[in-house]
Amino acid sequence: MIEVKNISKSFDGQEVLKNISTTFEKGKTNLIIGQSGSGKTVLMKCCIGLLDTDEGEIKFDGRRFSNLKGTNQKNVRKEMGVLFQGGALFDSYTVEENVMFPLNMFSDITLEEKRARVNEVLTHVNLENVNSKYPSEISGGMIKRVAIARAIALNPKYLFCDEPNSGLDPKTAEVIDELISELTEKFQMTTVINTHDMNSVLQIGQKIAFIYKGQLWWEGNHKGILETTNEELNDFVFSTELTRRLKHR
Amino acid sequence: MISEIGKYLMVIFQAFKKPDKGSVFLKQLVIDFRALGVSSIGLVAFISLFTGGIIALQTAYNIDNPLVPMWLIGYTTKQMMILEFSPTIISLILVGKVGSSIASEIGTMRVTQQIDALEVMGINPANYLILPKITAAMIYNPILIVFSMGVGLFGGWFSVVITGQVTSVAFVDGLQSFWDPFSITYALIKTVVFAFILASVAGYKGFTVQGGSVEVGKASTQAVVISSVLIIIFDLLLTQMLLT
Repeated sequence: MIEVKNISKSFDGQEVLKNISTTFEKGKTNLIIGQSGSGKTVLMKCCIGLLDTDEGEIKFDGRRFSNLKGTNQKNVRKEMGVLFQGGALFDSYTVEENVMFPLNMFSDITLEEKRARVNEVLTHVNLENVNSKYPSEISGGMIKRVAIARAIALNPKYLFCDEPNSGLDPKTAEVIDELISELTEKFQMTTVINTHDMNSVLQIGQKIAFIYKGQLWWEGNHKGILETTNEELNDFVFSTELTRRLKHR
Repeated sequence: MISEIGKYLMVIFQAFKKPDKGSVFLKQLVIDFRALGVSSIGLVAFISLFTGGIIALQTAYNIDNPLVPMWLIGYTTKQMMILEFSPTIISLILVGKVGSSIASEIGTMRVTQQIDALEVMGINPANYLILPKITAAMIYNPILIVFSMGVGLFGGWFSVVITGQVTSVAFVDGLQSFWDPFSITYALIKTVVFAFILASVAGYKGFTVQGGSVEVGKASTQAVVISSVLIIIFDLLLTQMLLT
Protein backbone atom coordinates (compact mmCIF):
# COMPACT_ATOMS: atom_id res chain seq x y z
CA MET A 1 0.00 0.00 0.00
CA ILE A 2 1.16 3.53 -0.78
CA GLU A 3 0.09 6.35 1.53
CA VAL A 4 0.15 9.93 0.32
CA LYS A 5 -0.17 12.35 3.23
CA ASN A 6 -0.77 16.09 2.88
CA ILE A 7 1.58 16.63 -0.03
CA SER A 8 1.99 20.01 -1.67
CA LYS A 9 4.19 21.06 -4.55
CA SER A 10 4.81 24.46 -6.15
CA PHE A 11 6.73 25.61 -9.19
CA ASP A 12 7.91 29.24 -9.24
CA GLY A 13 5.38 30.18 -6.58
CA GLN A 14 2.47 28.49 -8.36
CA GLU A 15 0.92 25.75 -6.26
CA VAL A 16 0.38 22.67 -8.44
CA LEU A 17 -0.54 20.17 -5.71
CA LYS A 18 -2.48 21.37 -2.67
CA ASN A 19 -2.48 19.25 0.46
CA ILE A 20 -3.30 15.92 -1.22
CA SER A 21 -3.89 12.83 0.90
CA THR A 22 -4.92 9.45 -0.44
CA THR A 23 -3.96 5.79 -0.39
CA PHE A 24 -3.21 3.41 -3.24
CA GLU A 25 -4.20 -0.11 -2.31
CA LYS A 26 -2.35 -3.38 -2.81
CA GLY A 27 -3.68 -5.77 -5.47
CA LYS A 28 -5.84 -3.04 -6.99
CA THR A 29 -5.59 -0.77 -9.99
CA ASN A 30 -5.56 2.73 -8.50
CA LEU A 31 -6.31 5.44 -11.03
CA ILE A 32 -5.39 9.11 -10.85
CA ILE A 33 -7.63 11.04 -13.20
CA GLY A 34 -8.04 14.69 -14.06
CA GLN A 35 -7.84 17.20 -16.86
CA SER A 36 -4.54 18.14 -18.49
CA GLY A 37 -2.75 20.55 -16.13
CA SER A 38 -4.65 19.36 -13.06
CA GLY A 39 -1.46 18.08 -11.41
CA LYS A 40 -1.82 14.34 -11.82
CA THR A 41 1.54 13.91 -13.56
CA VAL A 42 3.23 15.96 -10.84
CA LEU A 43 1.57 13.73 -8.23
CA MET A 44 2.90 10.62 -9.94
CA LYS A 45 6.38 12.12 -10.32
CA CYS A 46 6.39 12.87 -6.59
CA CYS A 47 5.33 9.27 -5.89
CA ILE A 48 8.19 7.80 -7.93
CA GLY A 49 10.73 10.30 -6.62
CA LEU A 50 11.39 12.23 -9.82
CA LEU A 51 10.19 15.35 -7.99
CA ASP A 52 10.63 16.27 -4.33
CA THR A 53 7.54 17.36 -2.44
CA ASP A 54 7.45 20.73 -0.68
CA GLU A 55 5.34 19.40 2.18
CA GLY A 56 3.85 16.11 3.31
CA GLU A 57 5.11 12.57 2.92
CA ILE A 58 4.71 9.45 0.84
CA LYS A 59 5.04 6.04 2.44
CA PHE A 60 5.52 2.69 0.73
CA ASP A 61 4.21 -0.01 3.07
CA GLY A 62 5.02 2.20 6.03
CA ARG A 63 8.48 3.24 4.75
CA ARG A 64 8.88 6.97 4.22
CA PHE A 65 9.99 7.59 0.61
CA SER A 66 9.38 11.26 -0.11
CA ASN A 67 12.56 13.37 -0.32
CA LEU A 68 14.75 10.34 0.42
CA LYS A 69 18.20 10.39 -1.19
CA GLY A 70 20.99 7.97 -1.97
CA THR A 71 20.89 4.31 -1.02
CA ASN A 72 17.63 4.56 0.94
CA GLN A 73 15.82 5.92 -2.10
CA LYS A 74 17.50 3.36 -4.35
CA ASN A 75 16.33 0.46 -2.19
CA VAL A 76 12.67 1.48 -2.50
CA ARG A 77 13.07 2.21 -6.21
CA LYS A 78 14.25 -1.34 -6.83
CA GLU A 79 10.77 -2.43 -5.79
CA MET A 80 9.10 -0.15 -8.35
CA GLY A 81 8.24 -0.69 -11.97
CA VAL A 82 7.37 2.32 -14.08
CA LEU A 83 5.66 2.41 -17.45
CA PHE A 84 6.30 5.78 -19.08
CA GLN A 85 3.93 7.46 -21.51
CA GLY A 86 6.05 6.73 -24.59
CA GLY A 87 7.45 3.47 -23.23
CA ALA A 88 10.93 4.99 -22.71
CA LEU A 89 12.60 1.90 -24.14
CA PHE A 90 16.32 2.27 -24.84
CA ASP A 91 16.56 2.84 -28.60
CA SER A 92 19.95 1.21 -29.02
CA TYR A 93 18.91 -2.00 -27.25
CA THR A 94 16.84 -4.87 -28.60
CA VAL A 95 13.60 -5.91 -26.91
CA GLU A 96 15.48 -8.66 -25.06
CA GLU A 97 18.23 -6.27 -23.92
CA ASN A 98 15.64 -3.74 -22.75
CA VAL A 99 13.79 -6.29 -20.63
CA MET A 100 17.06 -7.79 -19.40
CA PHE A 101 18.42 -4.37 -18.40
CA PRO A 102 17.10 -4.29 -14.81
CA LEU A 103 18.19 -7.91 -14.37
CA ASN A 104 21.73 -7.00 -15.51
CA MET A 105 21.83 -4.10 -13.08
CA PHE A 106 20.30 -5.65 -9.99
CA SER A 107 20.59 -9.43 -10.11
CA ASP A 108 23.46 -11.87 -10.11
CA ILE A 109 21.72 -14.68 -11.98
CA THR A 110 23.34 -16.34 -15.01
CA LEU A 111 22.73 -15.27 -18.59
CA GLU A 112 20.57 -18.36 -19.20
CA GLU A 113 18.44 -17.54 -16.17
CA LYS A 114 18.12 -13.95 -17.34
CA ARG A 115 17.02 -15.11 -20.80
CA ALA A 116 14.48 -17.46 -19.23
CA ARG A 117 13.12 -14.60 -17.09
CA VAL A 118 12.94 -12.30 -20.14
CA ASN A 119 10.97 -14.91 -22.08
CA GLU A 120 8.72 -15.48 -19.06
CA VAL A 121 7.78 -11.81 -18.69
CA LEU A 122 7.40 -11.37 -22.44
CA THR A 123 4.96 -14.28 -22.37
CA HIS A 124 3.08 -12.55 -19.54
CA VAL A 125 2.54 -9.56 -21.83
CA ASN A 126 1.65 -11.81 -24.78
CA LEU A 127 4.75 -11.11 -26.82
CA GLU A 128 6.76 -13.79 -28.56
CA ASN A 129 9.47 -13.85 -31.24
CA VAL A 130 10.31 -10.18 -30.86
CA ASN A 131 13.43 -10.60 -28.70
CA SER A 132 15.86 -9.49 -31.38
CA LYS A 133 13.83 -6.56 -32.66
CA TYR A 134 14.63 -2.94 -31.86
CA PRO A 135 11.97 -0.54 -30.48
CA SER A 136 11.86 1.24 -33.86
CA GLU A 137 10.83 -2.05 -35.50
CA ILE A 138 7.73 -2.76 -33.39
CA SER A 139 4.31 -1.10 -33.07
CA GLY A 140 3.20 1.38 -30.38
CA GLY A 141 1.14 -1.27 -28.59
CA MET A 142 4.08 -3.67 -28.59
CA ILE A 143 6.38 -0.94 -27.23
CA LYS A 144 3.96 -0.47 -24.31
CA ARG A 145 3.90 -4.21 -23.68
CA VAL A 146 7.71 -4.46 -23.79
CA ALA A 147 7.85 -1.51 -21.36
CA ILE A 148 5.45 -3.35 -19.04
CA ALA A 149 7.60 -6.47 -19.35
CA ARG A 150 10.68 -4.44 -18.39
CA ALA A 151 8.78 -2.85 -15.50
CA ILE A 152 7.78 -6.23 -14.03
CA ALA A 153 11.06 -8.07 -14.75
CA LEU A 154 12.25 -7.69 -11.16
CA ASN A 155 8.86 -8.62 -9.64
CA PRO A 156 8.08 -5.12 -8.38
CA LYS A 157 5.72 -4.49 -5.48
CA TYR A 158 4.59 -1.21 -7.00
CA LEU A 159 3.72 -0.52 -10.62
CA PHE A 160 3.27 3.04 -11.90
CA CYS A 161 1.83 3.68 -15.34
CA ASP A 162 1.78 7.14 -16.86
CA GLU A 163 -0.91 7.43 -19.55
CA PRO A 164 -0.54 3.79 -20.64
CA ASN A 165 -3.09 4.20 -23.44
CA SER A 166 -1.91 7.42 -25.00
CA GLY A 167 -1.37 7.10 -28.72
CA LEU A 168 -3.05 3.69 -28.95
CA ASP A 169 -6.18 2.69 -30.83
CA PRO A 170 -9.19 1.78 -28.61
CA LYS A 171 -8.78 -1.96 -29.08
CA THR A 172 -5.07 -2.00 -28.26
CA ALA A 173 -5.74 0.37 -25.35
CA GLU A 174 -8.24 -2.14 -23.96
CA VAL A 175 -5.69 -4.94 -24.31
CA ILE A 176 -3.13 -2.88 -22.36
CA ASP A 177 -5.73 -2.09 -19.65
CA GLU A 178 -6.66 -5.73 -19.26
CA LEU A 179 -3.01 -6.72 -19.15
CA ILE A 180 -2.17 -4.24 -16.39
CA SER A 181 -5.25 -5.30 -14.45
CA GLU A 182 -4.42 -9.02 -14.78
CA LEU A 183 -0.79 -8.52 -13.77
CA THR A 184 -1.84 -6.43 -10.77
CA GLU A 185 -4.13 -9.14 -9.53
CA LYS A 186 -1.79 -12.02 -10.34
CA PHE A 187 1.29 -10.53 -8.68
CA GLN A 188 -0.62 -8.55 -6.02
CA MET A 189 1.12 -5.31 -6.92
CA THR A 190 0.06 -1.84 -5.87
CA THR A 191 -0.64 -0.34 -9.28
CA VAL A 192 -1.07 3.39 -9.83
CA ILE A 193 -2.25 4.53 -13.25
CA ASN A 194 -2.30 8.11 -14.40
CA THR A 195 -4.92 8.48 -17.13
CA HIS A 196 -7.65 10.56 -18.67
CA ASP A 197 -8.97 7.70 -20.77
CA MET A 198 -12.59 7.14 -19.73
CA ASN A 199 -12.64 3.58 -21.06
CA SER A 200 -9.82 2.74 -18.63
CA VAL A 201 -11.65 4.49 -15.82
CA LEU A 202 -14.82 2.49 -16.35
CA GLN A 203 -13.07 -0.79 -17.09
CA ILE A 204 -10.30 -1.09 -14.50
CA GLY A 205 -10.87 1.74 -12.01
CA GLN A 206 -10.98 -0.22 -8.76
CA LYS A 207 -9.91 2.90 -6.89
CA ILE A 208 -10.15 6.33 -8.51
CA ALA A 209 -8.74 9.65 -7.31
CA PHE A 210 -9.97 12.70 -9.22
CA ILE A 211 -7.56 15.65 -9.12
CA TYR A 212 -9.05 19.06 -9.85
CA LYS A 213 -6.91 22.20 -9.89
CA GLY A 214 -4.25 20.51 -7.78
CA GLN A 215 -6.66 19.24 -5.13
CA LEU A 216 -8.06 15.80 -4.44
CA TRP A 217 -11.66 16.46 -5.43
CA TRP A 218 -13.27 13.03 -5.34
CA GLU A 219 -12.42 9.42 -4.51
CA GLY A 220 -14.32 6.27 -5.36
CA ASN A 221 -14.46 3.46 -7.91
CA HIS A 222 -15.72 2.86 -11.46
CA LYS A 223 -19.24 2.19 -10.27
CA GLY A 224 -19.46 5.26 -8.07
CA ILE A 225 -18.18 7.54 -10.79
CA LEU A 226 -21.33 6.98 -12.88
CA GLU A 227 -23.60 7.93 -10.00
CA THR A 228 -21.73 10.86 -8.49
CA THR A 229 -23.31 14.30 -8.24
CA ASN A 230 -19.95 16.03 -8.04
CA GLU A 231 -20.26 18.75 -10.68
CA GLU A 232 -16.57 19.05 -11.65
CA LEU A 233 -16.19 15.28 -11.90
CA ASN A 234 -19.33 15.01 -14.02
CA ASP A 235 -18.00 17.73 -16.31
CA PHE A 236 -14.80 15.75 -16.75
CA VAL A 237 -16.27 12.25 -17.04
CA PHE A 238 -19.24 13.10 -19.23
CA SER A 239 -17.50 15.55 -21.50
CA THR A 240 -17.90 13.36 -24.59
CA GLU A 241 -21.07 12.36 -26.43
CA LEU A 242 -20.31 8.69 -25.84
CA THR A 243 -20.10 8.97 -22.06
CA ARG A 244 -23.20 11.21 -21.91
CA ARG A 245 -25.17 8.51 -23.77
CA LEU A 246 -23.84 5.92 -21.34
CA LYS A 247 -25.10 7.95 -18.40
CA HIS A 248 -28.59 8.38 -19.87
CA ARG A 249 -29.06 4.65 -20.44
CA MET B 1 27.25 31.56 -16.11
CA ILE B 2 28.24 30.74 -12.49
CA SER B 3 24.99 28.81 -12.14
CA GLU B 4 25.79 26.90 -15.35
CA ILE B 5 29.27 26.01 -14.06
CA GLY B 6 27.70 24.88 -10.78
CA LYS B 7 25.22 22.64 -12.61
CA TYR B 8 28.03 21.24 -14.77
CA LEU B 9 30.10 20.39 -11.69
CA MET B 10 27.12 18.71 -10.02
CA VAL B 11 26.45 16.52 -13.07
CA ILE B 12 30.14 15.61 -13.38
CA PHE B 13 30.28 14.87 -9.64
CA GLN B 14 27.34 12.48 -10.09
CA ALA B 15 29.01 10.95 -13.15
CA PHE B 16 32.24 10.22 -11.27
CA LYS B 17 30.59 8.17 -8.54
CA LYS B 18 31.32 4.45 -8.34
CA PRO B 19 29.44 2.60 -11.12
CA ASP B 20 26.38 0.63 -9.97
CA LYS B 21 27.82 -2.52 -11.54
CA GLY B 22 31.37 -2.90 -12.85
CA SER B 23 30.52 -5.40 -15.58
CA VAL B 24 27.79 -3.14 -16.98
CA PHE B 25 30.21 -0.18 -16.95
CA LEU B 26 32.83 -2.18 -18.87
CA LYS B 27 30.24 -3.29 -21.41
CA GLN B 28 29.14 0.31 -21.91
CA LEU B 29 32.80 1.38 -22.18
CA VAL B 30 33.40 -1.09 -25.01
CA ILE B 31 30.28 0.17 -26.81
CA ASP B 32 31.53 3.76 -26.45
CA PHE B 33 35.04 2.82 -27.63
CA ARG B 34 33.44 1.54 -30.81
CA ALA B 35 30.97 4.39 -31.21
CA LEU B 36 33.28 7.27 -30.35
CA GLY B 37 36.75 5.99 -31.19
CA VAL B 38 36.83 3.26 -33.82
CA SER B 39 34.28 5.06 -35.98
CA SER B 40 36.54 8.15 -36.07
CA ILE B 41 39.64 6.37 -37.43
CA GLY B 42 38.74 6.92 -41.09
CA LEU B 43 38.05 10.63 -40.67
CA VAL B 44 41.20 11.20 -38.60
CA ALA B 45 43.33 9.27 -41.11
CA PHE B 46 41.92 11.19 -44.08
CA ILE B 47 42.36 14.64 -42.53
CA SER B 48 45.81 13.89 -41.07
CA LEU B 49 47.13 12.42 -44.33
CA PHE B 50 46.13 15.41 -46.39
CA THR B 51 47.03 18.03 -43.81
CA GLY B 52 50.48 16.48 -43.32
CA GLY B 53 50.94 16.69 -47.07
CA ILE B 54 49.73 20.28 -47.22
CA ILE B 55 51.99 21.40 -44.34
CA ALA B 56 55.02 19.83 -46.02
CA LEU B 57 54.21 21.32 -49.42
CA GLN B 58 53.55 24.80 -47.98
CA THR B 59 56.81 24.67 -46.03
CA ALA B 60 58.68 23.64 -49.19
CA TYR B 61 57.00 26.45 -51.13
CA ASN B 62 58.11 29.02 -48.57
CA ILE B 63 61.72 27.88 -48.52
CA ASP B 64 63.18 29.57 -51.56
CA ASN B 65 66.53 30.48 -50.04
CA PRO B 66 69.20 27.95 -51.14
CA LEU B 67 71.02 28.53 -47.85
CA VAL B 68 68.14 27.04 -45.87
CA PRO B 69 68.65 23.27 -45.55
CA MET B 70 65.93 21.06 -47.08
CA TRP B 71 65.66 18.84 -43.99
CA LEU B 72 63.86 21.80 -42.44
CA ILE B 73 60.73 20.71 -44.35
CA GLY B 74 60.63 17.41 -42.47
CA TYR B 75 61.45 19.15 -39.18
CA THR B 76 58.70 21.78 -39.59
CA THR B 77 56.14 19.17 -40.62
CA LYS B 78 57.01 17.08 -37.55
CA GLN B 79 56.82 20.02 -35.16
CA MET B 80 53.51 21.28 -36.53
CA MET B 81 51.88 17.86 -36.58
CA ILE B 82 53.04 16.80 -33.12
CA LEU B 83 52.77 20.06 -31.23
CA GLU B 84 49.60 21.55 -32.63
CA PHE B 85 47.80 19.93 -35.52
CA SER B 86 47.25 16.42 -34.17
CA PRO B 87 46.40 17.24 -30.54
CA THR B 88 44.44 20.46 -31.08
CA ILE B 89 42.97 20.49 -34.57
CA ILE B 90 42.04 16.80 -34.52
CA SER B 91 40.47 17.33 -31.07
CA LEU B 92 38.43 20.21 -32.51
CA ILE B 93 37.33 17.98 -35.39
CA LEU B 94 36.39 15.27 -32.89
CA VAL B 95 34.33 17.83 -30.96
CA GLY B 96 32.25 18.31 -34.11
CA LYS B 97 31.84 14.59 -34.70
CA VAL B 98 31.89 12.95 -31.27
CA GLY B 99 30.75 15.87 -29.10
CA SER B 100 27.62 16.53 -31.10
CA SER B 101 26.89 12.80 -31.21
CA ILE B 102 27.17 12.50 -27.39
CA ALA B 103 25.01 15.58 -26.75
CA SER B 104 22.28 14.54 -29.18
CA GLU B 105 22.25 10.90 -28.00
CA ILE B 106 21.94 11.78 -24.31
CA GLY B 107 19.61 14.71 -25.06
CA THR B 108 17.25 12.45 -27.00
CA MET B 109 17.29 10.01 -24.10
CA ARG B 110 16.32 12.88 -21.79
CA VAL B 111 13.37 14.13 -23.85
CA THR B 112 12.05 10.61 -24.46
CA GLN B 113 12.13 9.87 -20.71
CA GLN B 114 14.79 7.16 -21.05
CA ILE B 115 16.89 8.97 -18.42
CA ASP B 116 13.83 9.17 -16.13
CA ALA B 117 13.44 5.43 -16.64
CA LEU B 118 17.04 4.86 -15.51
CA GLU B 119 16.52 7.09 -12.50
CA VAL B 120 13.36 5.36 -11.28
CA MET B 121 15.10 2.01 -11.66
CA GLY B 122 17.52 3.27 -9.02
CA ILE B 123 20.39 3.76 -11.47
CA ASN B 124 22.60 6.86 -11.42
CA PRO B 125 21.97 8.02 -15.02
CA ALA B 126 24.88 10.50 -15.16
CA ASN B 127 27.23 7.75 -14.07
CA TYR B 128 25.74 5.17 -16.43
CA LEU B 129 25.68 7.45 -19.49
CA ILE B 130 28.46 10.02 -19.11
CA LEU B 131 31.31 8.27 -17.26
CA PRO B 132 31.90 5.57 -19.92
CA LYS B 133 31.95 8.25 -22.61
CA ILE B 134 34.47 10.41 -20.74
CA THR B 135 36.61 7.35 -19.99
CA ALA B 136 36.43 6.12 -23.60
CA ALA B 137 37.37 9.56 -24.95
CA MET B 138 40.27 9.97 -22.50
CA ILE B 139 41.69 6.55 -23.41
CA TYR B 140 40.91 6.49 -27.11
CA ASN B 141 41.68 10.08 -28.16
CA PRO B 142 45.41 9.83 -27.30
CA ILE B 143 45.56 6.66 -29.44
CA LEU B 144 43.84 8.52 -32.29
CA ILE B 145 46.18 11.47 -31.90
CA VAL B 146 49.34 9.31 -32.04
CA PHE B 147 47.83 7.61 -35.09
CA SER B 148 47.15 11.05 -36.60
CA MET B 149 50.78 12.09 -36.03
CA GLY B 150 52.07 9.00 -37.84
CA VAL B 151 49.66 9.34 -40.76
CA GLY B 152 50.31 13.10 -41.04
CA LEU B 153 54.07 12.63 -41.16
CA PHE B 154 53.64 9.94 -43.79
CA GLY B 155 51.40 12.31 -45.78
CA GLY B 156 54.06 15.01 -45.53
CA TRP B 157 56.82 12.64 -46.65
CA PHE B 158 54.73 11.26 -49.51
CA SER B 159 53.66 14.64 -50.89
CA VAL B 160 57.07 16.28 -50.98
CA VAL B 161 58.97 13.21 -52.13
CA ILE B 162 56.54 12.34 -54.93
CA THR B 163 56.51 15.95 -56.17
CA GLY B 164 60.29 16.10 -56.04
CA GLN B 165 60.46 18.99 -53.57
CA VAL B 166 62.92 17.17 -51.36
CA THR B 167 64.62 13.79 -51.18
CA SER B 168 63.30 11.11 -48.87
CA VAL B 169 66.60 11.09 -46.98
CA ALA B 170 66.47 14.87 -46.33
CA PHE B 171 62.86 14.71 -45.15
CA VAL B 172 63.54 11.81 -42.77
CA ASP B 173 66.66 13.60 -41.58
CA GLY B 174 64.42 16.54 -40.70
CA LEU B 175 62.03 14.28 -38.82
CA GLN B 176 64.92 12.99 -36.71
CA SER B 177 66.48 16.39 -36.05
CA PHE B 178 66.24 18.00 -32.61
CA TRP B 179 64.06 15.16 -31.37
CA ASP B 180 62.50 16.00 -28.00
CA PRO B 181 60.40 13.22 -26.47
CA PHE B 182 58.68 15.78 -24.27
CA SER B 183 56.84 17.12 -27.32
CA ILE B 184 54.93 13.82 -27.43
CA THR B 185 54.22 14.02 -23.69
CA TYR B 186 53.01 17.60 -24.14
CA ALA B 187 50.74 16.57 -27.02
CA LEU B 188 49.27 13.66 -25.05
CA ILE B 189 48.64 15.78 -21.94
CA LYS B 190 46.77 18.26 -24.11
CA THR B 191 44.82 15.48 -25.79
CA VAL B 192 43.68 13.95 -22.50
CA VAL B 193 42.52 17.35 -21.20
CA PHE B 194 40.73 18.11 -24.49
CA ALA B 195 39.08 14.67 -24.45
CA PHE B 196 37.75 15.34 -20.95
CA ILE B 197 36.40 18.74 -22.02
CA LEU B 198 34.82 17.27 -25.15
CA ALA B 199 33.03 14.36 -23.48
CA SER B 200 32.07 16.08 -20.23
CA VAL B 201 30.67 19.26 -21.80
CA ALA B 202 28.75 17.29 -24.46
CA GLY B 203 27.48 14.85 -21.82
CA TYR B 204 26.38 17.70 -19.57
CA LYS B 205 24.61 19.62 -22.34
CA GLY B 206 22.75 16.48 -23.43
CA PHE B 207 21.93 15.46 -19.87
CA THR B 208 20.36 18.80 -18.97
CA VAL B 209 18.21 19.26 -22.09
CA GLN B 210 14.64 20.32 -21.38
CA GLY B 211 11.98 20.35 -24.06
CA GLY B 212 11.93 18.53 -27.37
CA SER B 213 13.86 17.93 -30.56
CA VAL B 214 14.60 21.63 -31.14
CA GLU B 215 16.27 21.87 -27.72
CA VAL B 216 18.28 18.70 -28.43
CA GLY B 217 19.62 20.36 -31.59
CA LYS B 218 20.45 23.54 -29.67
CA ALA B 219 22.20 21.56 -26.93
CA SER B 220 24.25 19.73 -29.53
CA THR B 221 25.33 23.02 -31.13
CA GLN B 222 26.12 24.57 -27.73
CA ALA B 223 28.18 21.51 -26.80
CA VAL B 224 30.32 21.94 -29.92
CA VAL B 225 30.74 25.71 -29.47
CA ILE B 226 31.53 25.61 -25.74
CA SER B 227 33.92 22.65 -26.09
CA SER B 228 35.74 24.32 -28.99
CA VAL B 229 36.17 27.58 -27.08
CA LEU B 230 37.38 25.75 -23.96
CA ILE B 231 39.82 23.65 -25.99
CA ILE B 232 41.39 26.76 -27.52
CA ILE B 233 41.63 28.47 -24.10
CA PHE B 234 43.14 25.39 -22.46
CA ASP B 235 45.52 24.98 -25.41
CA LEU B 236 46.99 28.38 -24.63
CA LEU B 237 47.09 27.74 -20.87
CA LEU B 238 48.70 24.31 -21.21
CA THR B 239 51.22 25.57 -23.74
CA GLN B 240 52.16 28.37 -21.36
CA MET B 241 52.48 25.94 -18.45
CA LEU B 242 54.27 23.10 -20.24
CA LEU B 243 56.46 24.70 -22.88
CA THR B 244 57.64 27.97 -21.40
